[in-house]
Amino acid sequence: MSIAVRNLTKLYDGQAAVNDISFDVGTGEILGFLGPNGAGKTTTMKIITCFMPPNAGTVEVEGLNISDHSLEVRKKIGYLPELNPLYMDMNVLDYLAYSAELHGITGAPAQQRIREMVGVCGLEEVRHKDIGELSKGYRQRVGLAQAMIHDPDVLILDEPTSGLDPNQIVEIRNLIRQLGRAKTVILSTHILSEVQATCDRVIIINEGKIVANGSPDQLQRQFHGGEGLTVEMKSSVKDPLEEITPKLRILAYVNNVTLSSHEGQITRFDINVDRGQDVREAVFRLAVSEGWVILEMNRKITSLEEVFHKLTTS
Amino acid sequence: MTMLQFSNVLAIFRRELRSYFNSPVAYVVIVVFLAIIGWFFTSNLFLMNVASLRIVFELVPLVFLFFVPAITMRLLAEEKKSGTLELLTTKPVRDIEIVLGKFLAAWTLLAAALLPTLCYLISIGFLGSIDTGPVIAGYLGLLLTGAVYIGWGLFASSLTENQIIAFILGFLMILILFMLSRVLMYVPEGLATTLEFLGIDYHFANIARGVIDSRDIIYFFSLIGFSLYLTTVSLERRKW
Repeated sequence: MSIAVRNLTKLYDGQAAVNDISFDVGTGEILGFLGPNGAGKTTTMKIITCFMPPNAGTVEVEGLNISDHSLEVRKKIGYLPELNPLYMDMNVLDYLAYSAELHGITGAPAQQRIREMVGVCGLEEVRHKDIGELSKGYRQRVGLAQAMIHDPDVLILDEPTSGLDPNQIVEIRNLIRQLGRAKTVILSTHILSEVQATCDRVIIINEGKIVANGSPDQLQRQFHGGEGLTVEMKSSVKDPLEEITPKLRILAYVNNVTLSSHEGQITRFDINVDRGQDVREAVFRLAVSEGWVILEMNRKITSLEEVFHKLTTS
Repeated sequence: MTMLQFSNVLAIFRRELRSYFNSPVAYVVIVVFLAIIGWFFTSNLFLMNVASLRIVFELVPLVFLFFVPAITMRLLAEEKKSGTLELLTTKPVRDIEIVLGKFLAAWTLLAAALLPTLCYLISIGFLGSIDTGPVIAGYLGLLLTGAVYIGWGLFASSLTENQIIAFILGFLMILILFMLSRVLMYVPEGLATTLEFLGIDYHFANIARGVIDSRDIIYFFSLIGFSLYLTTVSLERRKW
């Protein structure tokens, strides 16, 4: 186990920002930390990175307790804080050299490492520029490069793609995937597609508590309340509620049918189906036999968005 | 607890010093400092026909009162505001190493500002003779006084994210040290000797006279040590 968090609690003015949470992260795993703003993601990360101690509970990183072996733990962690703070007046190479030096890497090994990071993070073109002159995407790469300059076992990335444009998000995401192969990574985000694209496992936290923990697929299966089908059809039926709904409802696996609109000859239904069942064919055959014309049929699978929404709103 | 890692202090010291000289602030502050001292020195020299460094030694502590908070105000406040302090404190670096590195950088800048005043020394050398002992002692006194001021300026900078507030707080702290031995006539006699001993002027005057007494040295070093200790504690406040 690379990171073991046990019964972690952090209070701010008596209010629990993190409330008795426990979880493990395996070596080489990419863990996504999901939750609304203020859920306790950043607080948890600040504790793991030894920025501040918890009020209760323990964290072990690679078997080392964060309060007893703070300096050793910090050596093993690469950290990209929220908002990616950087020294705007330093140029990229100087900044990376400084970061390396603080990790005790100097001289030829440092030069070697810096070259590698500049290459991996795609910083060649801007390496002599001041960080203040760089675009947000490049700054984020510099942030990642400094986090990895000492080849840490653990990477902690707090919202690594916030504020980037869609192209940059894809680039940074690929970079994290690529770098994360050999490392344990915890990244926080509130962009759900990011979790699906990058993470092996997701922990959803809300109001300081863990409300879900599993792979993106698992969570989808665990928390969705059945699949849905939207059907739009054309028919000469006068009262669809009387003449169509009951016929749809008696189809196998159909739980519920609701009429969502009826204008002239066009009628729309939302059909709720048992989990994992596909009733499109049955609906089609029924429509043919009744002489209804299907204009549109759309299958809905509960997305991680919906899981998230369900779990984080009460 | 293991020993202080001097390489970390050095890394922070170098970054801080480079940051001073990368921005125009250091140059502006040094030029203003030299302009003020130079104006008094030359007017003394040409108008009063006195070729003496005494005016320098009297004036510099007063100018430091403004100069030092100006160079210390950003040291920690800026990093707190931009968030880089969070990154720095999550590197394998002790808080005291951060504090020491920044302290030494500001002290070096102060020494760099004092360096050109040696020109006055040379010009005096052409006009008359120099009493080497008191001059060396005087500069030592200025460096020590500057160090004490920087310690407290740094502490002020650790208390806030706002550089202006850091300047004002630093100025006030230094002003208190500066004024302690100048308000003696307004306080009861019993208190006066204590205040005189606490005030920085008394010890500076001792050293500037060319008498290097261990009591004065201890006074300077304990004030510096105490301010750096408080700064470290203030950095650790995040952990409370």
